[in-house]
Order: sequence, then C-alpha cells, then structure tokens
Amino acid sequence: MHMTTWLIPLLPLFGAAIIGLLGRKLGRIAVSVIGVGVVLLAFAFTLRAFVLAGSAPDHRLASCSFTWMSTGNLSVPMGLVFDPLSSLMALVVTGIGALIHLYSVGYMWEEEGFARYFAYLNLFIFFMLCLVLGNSLPLLFVGWEGVGLCSYLLIGYYFETDYAPAAGLKAFLTNRVGDLGVLIGMMALFAHFGTLTIAELLTKVGHLSPEVGFGILSFATLMLFVGACGKSAQVPLYIWLPDAMAGPTPVSALIHAATMVTAGIFMVCRLAPLFQLAPITLSVIAWVGGITALFAATIGLVQRDIKKVLAYSTVSQLGYMVMALGAGGFAAGFFHVFTHAWFKALLFLGAGSVIMAMHHEQDLFRMGGLRAKLPITFWTMLLATLAIMGFPGFSGFFSKDEILYLAYLRHPALWVIGVAAACCTSFYMWRLMALTFWGEPRDPHAYEHAHESPWTMTLPLVILAVGSVVVGYLGVPEAFGGHFAIGRFLEPSLSFGQLHAHEGHHEGPAILLACISTVLGLGFGLFGFLSYRSGTALAESRAARFPTLHRILLNKYYVDEGIERGILAPVRGLGRLLWQVGDVIIVDGIGVNLPAALARLGGEFLALFQTGRVRNYTLGMVLGALAILWIFFK
Amino acid sequence: MNPSLPWFQNLPLWVTAVPLIGALVLLLVPKEKRRVFELGALAITIFDFLLSVPLWFQYDRSTAAVQWVTKLDWIPSLGVKFSIGMDGISLVLFLLTTFIGFIAVWCSFSAIGERHKEYYVWLMVMQFSMMGVFICQDMFLFYLFWELMLVPMYFLIAIWGGPQKLYAAIKLFLYTLAGSVLMLVAILAIYFLQAKTTGRYDFSFESFHAMAPIIATQSRNFQILLALALFVGFAIKVPMFPFHTWLPDAHVQAPTAGSVILAGILLKMGTYGFVRFLLPIAPDATKVLLPWFLALTLIGLIYGALVAMIQKDMKKLVAYSSVSHLGLCMLGVFSMNPNGLQGAIFQMLNHGISTSGLFLIVGIVYERRHTRMIADFGGLSKTMPVYATIFMIMTMSSIGLPGLNGFIGEATIFMGAFQVHPWWAVVATTGIILGAAYMLWLYQRVMFGPLNETNAQMKDLNAREIAYFAPLVVVAFWIGLNPTPIMEILAKPVEKLVIQVNPDFYKHEELAKVQAEAAKVGMAAMAAPAHHEAAEAHESATPAAEVHGGH
Repeated sequence: MHMTTWLIPLLPLFGAAIIGLLGRKLGRIAVSVIGVGVVLLAFAFTLRAFVLAGSAPDHRLASCSFTWMSTGNLSVPMGLVFDPLSSLMALVVTGIGALIHLYSVGYMWEEEGFARYFAYLNLFIFFMLCLVLGNSLPLLFVGWEGVGLCSYLLIGYYFETDYAPAAGLKAFLTNRVGDLGVLIGMMALFAHFGTLTIAELLTKVGHLSPEVGFGILSFATLMLFVGACGKSAQVPLYIWLPDAMAGPTPVSALIHAATMVTAGIFMVCRLAPLFQLAPITLSVIAWVGGITALFAATIGLVQRDIKKVLAYSTVSQLGYMVMALGAGGFAAGFFHVFTHAWFKALLFLGAGSVIMAMHHEQDLFRMGGLRAKLPITFWTMLLATLAIMGFPGFSGFFSKDEILYLAYLRHPALWVIGVAAACCTSFYMWRLMALTFWGEPRDPHAYEHAHESPWTMTLPLVILAVGSVVVGYLGVPEAFGGHFAIGRFLEPSLSFGQLHAHEGHHEGPAILLACISTVLGLGFGLFGFLSYRSGTALAESRAARFPTLHRILLNKYYVDEGIERGILAPVRGLGRLLWQVGDVIIVDGIGVNLPAALARLGGEFLALFQTGRVRNYTLGMVLGALAILWIFFK
Repeated sequence: MNPSLPWFQNLPLWVTAVPLIGALVLLLVPKEKRRVFELGALAITIFDFLLSVPLWFQYDRSTAAVQWVTKLDWIPSLGVKFSIGMDGISLVLFLLTTFIGFIAVWCSFSAIGERHKEYYVWLMVMQFSMMGVFICQDMFLFYLFWELMLVPMYFLIAIWGGPQKLYAAIKLFLYTLAGSVLMLVAILAIYFLQAKTTGRYDFSFESFHAMAPIIATQSRNFQILLALALFVGFAIKVPMFPFHTWLPDAHVQAPTAGSVILAGILLKMGTYGFVRFLLPIAPDATKVLLPWFLALTLIGLIYGALVAMIQKDMKKLVAYSSVSHLGLCMLGVFSMNPNGLQGAIFQMLNHGISTSGLFLIVGIVYERRHTRMIADFGGLSKTMPVYATIFMIMTMSSIGLPGLNGFIGEATIFMGAFQVHPWWAVVATTGIILGAAYMLWLYQRVMFGPLNETNAQMKDLNAREIAYFAPLVVVAFWIGLNPTPIMEILAKPVEKLVIQVNPDFYKHEELAKVQAEAAKVGMAAMAAPAHHEAAEAHESATPAAEVHGGH
C-alpha cells in the first residue's frame, strides 16, 4: 500500500510525459483519454489513501520516504504524508481537477495545441500533489515552484499573442518575490531548528521554551507569509492574478481559482502550530487578508470583462481565507478554501461556457438575455452565485459566516471590512448574472449563434453545482446547531497534538452578526440585480455621476502603473547605468583598457628611440659612458 | 579500488592522456579530411567520457584521502614531483570535464567551416590541459597545466571567433595571465617560506596545506598579501566583480564550443582554486578579508544580474548571467561551512551544465540566422517546438527550479550562508528574482509573440543537435532529483576542508547536539554546564542555537 501512494502524484506526471513526448501523434481522443484518465485514477487512489488515513490511529499515513539530499547537517527526505489536511486537499485537487480536465476536452477541442495543453495540465496536477502531500518543506517548495511554472506556461498558452506571454512573465516574477520569502523562511527555520521535515519541525516547535526563539519564529513565519501573499494573491502581490486570465478559461478555474492560488493558505495551515506561536505575524496576516478582501471586491464592481470580475472576486475571497488564518481560524480558512473550490471553479467554467457560446466574447456589456439559450449554464451559475454571496443554506454561507465571526472576535473593524466586502461580492455577482443572462441581447449576431455546450462541459457544471450547494453542511457552525465537523476532522493536522482550537464554538452575538451580514448581502445583491437587469444604461449614468471614482476603480487604483514607474523602470535604468557607465566606462575602460592603452603608448614612445641607425646608438652609448664617468669621478 | 590492477589504479592518468594521444593521431591525418576530424574527435571524447565513468564507481566515499595516487620524481633538485591523484572535489569536476568535452566537439560539426584539423586538435589539447589541472597534486604541475589551458583557448577564440576575435583573445590571455602571475608569486612565497622554516623543498599540495599553521605565525602583512595574491589570481578566473570584463568579450567572440568550455569548465578553475588553495592555505587571512570578499561577491551577484537584464545580445546576456551565478557560488565558498561549500561545488557543476546548455541554445539560432540580437527573434516556439522545450528546461535549470539541478546548489548555498551571514544571504536572494527576470524575459522575447517571415523558415533541431542536448537534459534532471550520490562523494573532502579552515567547527556542532539533547529531555541541570562550556569555547556563543550556526 505504501508504495501505491506514490502513484498518486506519479500518474499525472506519467500522463504529462506521454502526452508531452508523443504529442500530436496520439490524436485528440487518445490525449483526452490519457489526460483525464490519469487524474481520475489519481483521484481513486487518493480516495483510498483518504479512507486508510482516516482509520489509522493517529490519522496519518506516511509513504516510504527516500533521502533526497544530505549535505553537512542538512538532510531532506522525500516522502508523502496523508493526514486529514493533506488528504482532503489532495481530494480537491484530483477531484475538481478531473472535472476540469473533462471540461477542457470540450473547451479546447478546436485548439491547435490540444496535446500541449493537456501535458501542462497533467504536469500541474503532479506538482500540486507534491506541494500538498510532501513531507518536507523543500518538497513542498518543489511543488510550489512547479505549479508556478505550469501556471506560467498555461497563462502564456496563446503564445503568439503579445499579452499572454507578458501576463505569464508577470505571474512568474511576482511569485518569485513570494518564493524568495519562502526560501528565506526555510533558511531561518533550518538555521534555528536544524531540520526541514515538517513533522520534526512541528514537534520541535512544541518543545520550544517561550523565551527562546519567538523572535525567529515571527521572522520566519512573516517570510513564509510573504510567499503565501505571492501564491494566494494578497496585497501587494495580487497584481498577477487578474492578468493571469489571459490563459484558457478552464485553467483559470483549476489553477487560478480552485487549487494553486489556495496553496498559500494551505501552507499556513500545514504549519499552523508555528504560526500559532507568532502573534505578530497573525495580526499582519489578518489585516492583509481583510484589506485584500475589500480592495479587490471594490475593483470587481466596475470591470466589464466577465473573467476579470471573477478574478477580482477570487482575490477578494482569498483575502477572506487569509483573514480567517490571521484570526486564528485555520480550520475556518481551510473550510472556505474547500467550499470556494467548488463554487468558484463552477463560476469560471460557467463563464467559459458563456464565452464559448458567444464566440470568445468576454465583455459583459455585449452579452445579455442568454438565460434561454444556455439553460444548464444559467441554472448552475445561479446556484454558484447563491453560494458565493452566502445565501442561507448554501455552502458559502457557512464558511463565510464562520470567518466573519472569527474576524469579529479578533477586531470588530475586521468584521466591518469583511461585511463590506461581502456586500460588494453580492453586488458584482448579481451584476454579472444580470448582464449575462437577463435583459436584451446586446450583440444580436452572437446571440443568434449561441448554443449550449457539449456534455463534456455541462456534466462538470452539474456536478460542481451539486457540490456548491451541499458541501457547506460538512462544517455547520455550532450557532446553527451543527458541530463544525470539518474543524474536528482537521484538528489532528492543525494542532499537531498540542493546541486545541475552539473553532466553530460560537458565543455572544453570533446569530445577530450572521443576520446582519446576510441581510446586507441579500440587499446589495438585489440592488446589483435590479440595477443591471434591464441593461447598462443605469450603470452608465451612475458612472457619469462619479467620474473620478469610476475611473480609479476601472483602472484598478493605478497599481500596475505605479509598479512600472516605481520599480520596473528604475531597475531597468539601474541595469543600463551599471552596464554602460559601470562596466563599459569605469571597470573595463578605466580599469582594463586604459592601462593597456598606456602600456601601448609607453611602448610606442620607447620605440621612437629604436631608430635602427648606428649613429644614434653610438651617440647613446657615448652619452651613457660620459654620464657614468661623471657619476663616478665628479 | 583494486590495488592489484595497476592499469585500473592509474585510470585518471589514462583518461587525461587519451585526448593528447588523440590529438597526436589527428595530426597525422591529411587536413582536407574534414569528416575524419569531426568523427575522430567525437569518438575520442566519447571514449574518454566512457573511460572516466568507472572512476565514479571506484571512488571510495568513506574517506577524504586523495585517491588513485601516482607519484614519480620529476625534478628532484627543486622538489618537483609528477604527482597525480584526486579527491571527491576534483573528481566531480573531472567528470564534468569529460562530459562537457564530447558535447563541445559534437556541437562544432556545423559551426566550424574552416581549418578543421587545427580546430579539433586544439580542442583535444584543451581537454587534456583542463583534466590535467584537476588531477595533479603538485603545485608545479598545477601551474603548468593552468597556463597550458590558456593556449588552446586563445587559438579557439582568435581563429574561429567573431568579428572582434583578436581583441577578445588577447584580452583573455593577458588578463588571466596577470592573475596567474600573481598566483605564481604566492606559490613561490610559500615555497621559499617552507624552505626557510622547515628546510623542505616540496611542491606537493600536501606540504603546501601543511604550511597553513606556519603561515598563520607570519606577520599580518605577509598573510594579507599572500591571501590577496591568491584571491586576485583566482578571482580573475572566476571571474568576480570587478575582474569580470574579459568574460563577456571572450564569450561573445568565441565559437559556440569555446563558450561551452569556457562556461562549463574554465570558470570552475577559479572557484576550484579558492576551495583548494586560498581557504586551506590562508584561512586566517581570508577571515580577516572576508567582509571585502563577501562584498565583491554580492556586488557581482546583483550587478551581473542587473547588467544581464538589459543586454540586447543573447550571448552577452548569458555571459553576464555567469557573473551572477558564480557570485552565488562564491557566497557558498565564503560561508566556509559544510552546507555552503557543498552547495558551492554543486553550483559549479550546475552552472557547468545549465550555462553550457544555454550557450548551445544560443549557438543553434546563431547558426540558422547569423544573428544573436534578441530583437531579431520572436515566436520561435511555433516553428521549433523541440528547441522550445529544451530551451525552457535549460532556463528553468538556470533559474533554479526545484526538481532540476540548479535548485540543489542554490538551496544548499543559502542554507549554509544563512547560518553564518544571514543578512548577506537575504540580500543575495534578490539575485534569484533578477535571475528569473532576465532569463524569462529573454525566453519571452525569443520564443513567444508573433512570428515574422524570416524566422518562420527556421528549422527545428536535427537528430545530432537533439543528441547532444539530451545528455545535458538527463543530467539536469538526474542531479535535481537524486543529488545524494554526488553529495556522498563530496561529504568527506568538504568535511576535511571545513576542519582545515575552521578546526573548531565540528566541536561546536557536537556541543550543539548535546545541548539539543539536553533541552529535549528537559534536564535544565545538564544543559547549564554545557552552556558554560560553550561560552568558554566560543566567546560569542550564548544561546544554544547560535553555537550551532557558528560565527
């Protein structure tokens, strides 16, 4: 059994290798079967490991592990660990991953690079599983960087354009800043604890005496959180995620909504006992999360591109998750990761279905009235919208409510921010729905030709829709008569046998707070729906009334322009200066070529005396002899 | 190793001699037989590589001792011996040399259009002299090979180079010669000091290393000057900032194979020199000068990356990236602890693989389009998918993607550096961001975007080209996924080196272990005396964990 767990990550790798090497020779059908098949198989194996780990006495199942590297006192094993946290995440990755692979068969069928696409997507699943299941931080980092690479390749999938490769580069470099944080965090942890194996690290943390090492813990966790900011698109490193929408839509659903972007939150949960001991880091995390949630939601209010709206929505939801972590609610944060994976993947796939029906039109202002044309897409997206806005009884309701309550306990201002972001969420989601499915078709030609997608695309939509409705019941908080089952399930991973979190146990004004946020959310949703139901006229008149505000939001607070002028241009300028002045003139010119030139000049000067005429030399000899005589006999 | 088989025991000697013998044979062939030279040189280098593979298995990993020792008197009056042998550090670089050797020959078939006989003969001499540097155990012999190396490289650039080949070749020759002369002065200073203090006349590495304690008793100025002479001598070869300007010129003008050898092996001579001579012979002076050395290292790391970023010529970009990568390597060397040093040697190896690969990558498009300007390309992924894949793998290897070779070196260097110079290490990590920036930006501009008509004619890799890239790709993955065998080879020699540099290092390590045990059991009584001892042994060591890091 322990060997077969290795098949879970290796199967997708195998798929990627076959598809990548044989490529087009395989034909589309074979590529589809292999691409989807390996992920489905991995899902089946993960399910088995999940069950086995659940029945193990300590809820852990470790595969056999190898020594990956050992130098000096650094020894890094390579092995997989299935505990409640990692096996649940692996189920999400392979399960939702398989659905999105299936969807991609329909969505990408016409593309020339069909095989290349599936090779990348399978490779992504492999790296994501390394990240999730790895038993040491370096192995986690392998996955961490690997998913970044796949994300880069898939964002730049349409490489013949100018914008897609540029977006990929932006994603990679922004993430590199974060990766650096992870690397420094690992160095600090290693320098202090002498190990990078996760289980050993957490055990050692448990034995830490309070006066030693809390400083280093704060430093290390802050650095790790910088990494999480990059991967999980938090302020100020969120800038890459909206651009990442240049990739194919299923990629946005899988990588940039359901799995990869939640890796940062996963990492923090993985090291939860470490973060628990760093209160400074936790407050930074809470505020960064809160700010991100609101900031991104406000930008989402005015975007016209359907995928951009969803992208900012993702950033905002990731902010929620991070805020929960900062409030000490690791289980709550992860619960939202779980529910979000369902409804946000569904929203993106639904958007993909709409985009395909509209012949690659992504502008909301050119859609409209598609309800009748795309019934399955419409109904499934409606359910997802209800889930994300937190409609009572849907999955988002439970996970979001838990986060808002924890935020309230941390600081009431965070609760206010959270509720404001929730209101924005309701508004822009209903705006999106109204503009897409209600009203008159604003592009009659495209509307004429629109039709529902093939079964490979609608089947995943339906499955995800069912999930979006029901998965919330895995974690009904106590205030609503539940047991917050998911929190209890995750407990062994998050506390590592040391700390006992009391999440899901609501006291005080829990019900009242939930009512306020829900009613406000519903109100803003209705407001958004009514404003856009009959078209864009109302919106345009409102934009005209607040031109400055509208322009700032539309241009995303001018953050990209600021980074270009404040960081990128100066770095390029510095490079140019160092090269043309530093290298060419100073180091090479004055340091190297000048002495060389002086030597040559000196040689040429001395060569003047080498005339080759005997009388000149005789004169020299005589003068020399006279000089010597004069010196000796003066 | 079986001592009853003398032929086997001298295997490194044979491996080194094969290219020389090959060169002599090639000299006998009439010069118009181009195909004979190409295939002959390839056969020689591949045979040589295969011959060197058994060394990997023969090497005894349980000891730091020099192995395959052959010692013959050569010039007895001066104490010069023909002394051959290798430890793990030399072995790894020696194998890299035989490995890169056949790739360099193979990539030349289409690139070299004239004077084939001379070209392949010089390549063979090059191989011979580089291997000679790694196997010798005698300073005199070392210097001989060190200088011999320059001659073939000079001709490779000066005859088969680009438009400014003469300038570049002379610059390379004179610049590195200046460094060698400083090194020679240092060698002679130690040699005569040895004669004066011990009465011995001996050039062997062993006796030079044994001079370290005596050098430590000399005047401060002597020690500093000695260290500086060695430092500059090797720093030019590395090259470290500000001695690096010969490198971009040499690389840009050299033919592809020249660049491959230059980046793959020649630059490693400098770092090898640091590890083999500066650290063990003058550890105290090095520690005194360390802040300056580290400052130059970090400047080179970041400066090289920044300058690489704005280059318009692909080859120059890769050349400047070497400056940056070797800066990282030197950071590992100057950490002077096991992680840092092992990481540094790994980085030498990895740089040899990934940067050689990148120069080959540049060579491919240069042969097809006769330009290396980034702006002339774009969208090549469409017509050259195989090339695109290999280019991407080499790029990722160069920027240290985990799972490929580059990461192993980077990560271990950083782990080592952080233990002793945390802030330097943190600053150095910016080089990682910049590294990704210039490489991926290069990739984007060359491979992505719209394809123009001229570039649409470019052909993807042919079988020969795939054949010489394949070993590089395989090794890049192999090292990245399974670095342990190489780490085992390096472990003991590095340990020995660390003790030479820092005799107390492992004592502290032991102490930290004892303390950690004590803390784990929770026996405060036991921890307290250990603490006390630590304070005595090492003044700055107060909290338990800092002892572990050392200062």
